[in-house]
Amino acid sequence: MTVLLEARGVGKRFGGVQALKDVSLTINAGEIYGLIGPNGAGKTTFFNVLTGLYARDAGEIHFAGSPLPLGEPHRVAAAGIARTFQNIRLFANMTARENVMVGRHARTRAGVIGAVLRDGRTRGEEAAIRRRADELLHYVGIADRADDLARHLSYGDQRRLEIARALASEPKLLALDEPAAGMNATETAALRVLIEGLRADGATVLLIEHDVKLVMGLCDRVAVLDYGEKIAEDVPAAVQKNAAVVEAYLGGSLG
Amino acid sequence: MMDARRKANLGALLIAAALVLAPVVVGMSFGNAWVRILDFAVLYVMLALGLNIVVGFAGLLDLGYIAFYAVGAYLYALLASPHFGLHWPIWAILPLGALVAGLFGVLLGAPTLRLRGDYLAIVTLGFGEIIRIFLNNLNAPINITNGPKGIARIDSLAIAGKPLAKGIEVFGFTIPGLYLYYYLFVALALGIVFVTIRLQDSRIGRAWVAIREDEVAAKACGIDTRNVKLLAFAMGASFGGVAGGLFAGFQEFVSPESFGLMESIMVLCMVVIGGMGHIPGVIFGGVLLAVLPEVFRHTAAPMQQWAFGKVVLDPESLRMLLFGIALIAVMLYRPAGLWPDPRHRRELAARR
Amino acid sequence: MPFFFSSSLAPQAAPSGGGVYHRAVDILLQQIFNGLTLGSIYALVALGYTMVYGIMGLINFAHGEVVMVGALSAVAVMKPLADSGLPGPVILLIALLVAVVVCMCLGFSIERIAYRPLRGAPRLAPLITAIGVSIVLQQLAMLAWGRNYHAVPTLLPAGSHEVFGAQVTELQVIILVVAAVTMAGLMLLVNRTRLGRAMRATAENPAIAGLMGVDVNRIIATTFVIGSALAALAGVLVSANYGIAHYHMGFMLGLKAFTAAVLGGIGNLPGAMLGGVLLGLIEALGAGYIGDLTGGFLGSHYQDVFAFFVLIVVLVFRPSGLMGEKVSERA
Repeated sequence: MTVLLEARGVGKRFGGVQALKDVSLTINAGEIYGLIGPNGAGKTTFFNVLTGLYARDAGEIHFAGSPLPLGEPHRVAAAGIARTFQNIRLFANMTARENVMVGRHARTRAGVIGAVLRDGRTRGEEAAIRRRADELLHYVGIADRADDLARHLSYGDQRRLEIARALASEPKLLALDEPAAGMNATETAALRVLIEGLRADGATVLLIEHDVKLVMGLCDRVAVLDYGEKIAEDVPAAVQKNAAVVEAYLGGSLG
Repeated sequence: MMDARRKANLGALLIAAALVLAPVVVGMSFGNAWVRILDFAVLYVMLALGLNIVVGFAGLLDLGYIAFYAVGAYLYALLASPHFGLHWPIWAILPLGALVAGLFGVLLGAPTLRLRGDYLAIVTLGFGEIIRIFLNNLNAPINITNGPKGIARIDSLAIAGKPLAKGIEVFGFTIPGLYLYYYLFVALALGIVFVTIRLQDSRIGRAWVAIREDEVAAKACGIDTRNVKLLAFAMGASFGGVAGGLFAGFQEFVSPESFGLMESIMVLCMVVIGGMGHIPGVIFGGVLLAVLPEVFRHTAAPMQQWAFGKVVLDPESLRMLLFGIALIAVMLYRPAGLWPDPRHRRELAARR
Repeated sequence: MPFFFSSSLAPQAAPSGGGVYHRAVDILLQQIFNGLTLGSIYALVALGYTMVYGIMGLINFAHGEVVMVGALSAVAVMKPLADSGLPGPVILLIALLVAVVVCMCLGFSIERIAYRPLRGAPRLAPLITAIGVSIVLQQLAMLAWGRNYHAVPTLLPAGSHEVFGAQVTELQVIILVVAAVTMAGLMLLVNRTRLGRAMRATAENPAIAGLMGVDVNRIIATTFVIGSALAALAGVLVSANYGIAHYHMGFMLGLKAFTAAVLGGIGNLPGAMLGGVLLGLIEALGAGYIGDLTGGFLGSHYQDVFAFFVLIVVLVFRPSGLMGEKVSERA
């Protein structure tokens, strides 16, 4: 088991609120790792710190052997971490295909000169971007919507599109923020198939989710955050029985 | 029925013909004064296209764009006039103007592009004003810009040593200088159009739209938003610089008065009213706002004479008044402009 | 055309019983008084910007023109009354009342016609509309009052007193006092009344405020109207201070007052006041000393540049201003 991501003692505060405190966790390559906890526990904050949207106040994060750049999301993306957002952030007025093409930005190079000259290399790159985008749209199952504006896609399709866009950057780690939010049972089952397929194809997935059934059935390991601190990190079955976890969610023992 | 390809080719041919014949038609129908206005219109179209990259593509509101025009113009004036006694040729100054203006763009953009839209607008406005104030006052203790008096007797544009103003003889016909200026300007404007179209449909162009749509998501996709925005700023600025140089060589006189906030706003109007981000719309806006005021100037006074017996509204203030009203009306009813990109219209309308 | 507010703060020598003398401390004090006066006016205008921004997230570009309309309306009233024999302060009060009413109506109309329809639109749209409104107001003012500078009749005692070597006119004192009283009144309104509570709630979160029973539209309109009333007062004070009013006076003043609002922390009322006073001081002291500071290279006509530099520096290094909270983004 190689360690892909290692976070040590990560801390983040906003004014008077300590949103993350001494959070340490390890994600192994090829696994599906779940991050759960009650609302406000700091899960999305951790994501934002990880992907560079917020600058962390304390701790280190090592990814694929190197420390992660601080506070620069585009460099984190280039390093190989791609994410989706809790409140879907697509480019609403671009087509589905164009959205995914933008996802390829970090792996392509054409600049102004290439754009203006449209030399062979640039044209080749553009064609490759387009091809890859179509492949990814097909992979997540929305190939028939490629030319529709992202705004016009159904909710479930939008989530899939966001995943396709994240995949476009060939990430080593795919970080999904509540991908099943707002989905019914059928859609969630389909999503589960998709994520398992990702793992089968060699991706590592970090997942924030509230859907307990999905998490327990899908994840290899799970970490639980509560009030910004990690209170458990283990296989799902063990976490489910962890007293501290139960108390965090239910506020006290049952019965 | 023609297929799409032949239709497109025919369209292009018609446009080309119109472009070539425009000064002739205008000159014969309305006189040389209007050909001069046409020349200015092309300069404005260049400015509008440049600003379009900044405002229309990247979504950055620049209220001080005219400063880059000023930089290009004054650079030309300093390098090709009796002021310093230098007389560099056009092919040296114009690229230099583009470079220097682009540099100013980077200087302005580097610290400020991370600001939110409305703050950026005010800062760029301030920058434009600072440039104008410096141009107005850098005549003491060393005289760089000659202050409010401006720099006169600038070398007129010349190709291969031959001043365009004199016109040329071709097959026994004399093509007047004003026409030659027009063709030069159109050639360069077409160059700018070409570059802009290529940029629009490219990795960089997509990145600009992505930033405009959702900057956070754009960053998560690996786009270095700071540099990509700087690129938009610098490119827009450099086009402004080129147009500025042409302006100086055309008018043969520059002064700080031509480069104030009103001019920046006018160029912004061209982009906004024409059709933000939509190249044909922007060109349309540029021509409209360059020509209409002149139409007013020539008709408003006589019309008022005829209607009221005297001139009630000075044509200049009438123009500004109508500008202001047009801005408000367009924002209220057609926020994507008069001739928008079909997609952009939906974008701005949807967000209400 | 010469710039309103430019070069009018060059240091003045303080004559005292024969001969002109030049003492650094006197100039300092003089510039401080000038700066405080100017700053109070900036503060009054900045309050209008900051209130509207706090409640709508909109930079009301046209606010400076409202000040101008206030000034010109007041002057238009003052001129005919000046010959009527009424005592000076009474005329001034009448003119002020007229200006306030005119500006309040103007502010109300602007909000209703140009800004309200654009409430949900992306930032660009209301900003551009505001520019349009500003242009329209300027041109209408020019049509109504002409291009000329209008002299403001002297209605107040023009005496001055010497305070520690600096000349302080009674007018300056009046301006300072009036501005201070008005600002205190505004703070009282915002912090101690029901209306003020509703305003603060709307500024925090309009949706929730609406759910709590606040008529958000009415509150926004009220905010605009109050800001416009302050603008009218500022306009009257400014034209009384400089003795002239002109259709183009609003532009620079508006820009600088906006800078003051940003300096203090946009959306923050005490910040706007602090920012206003500070900016006035910076400008006055800067104009006074820039010649010495740059060895004669830059003169006091670069005064306007100060405000812009302050603006850029503040926005780049501390966008939340002096008293604003650090803004954190939640993704």
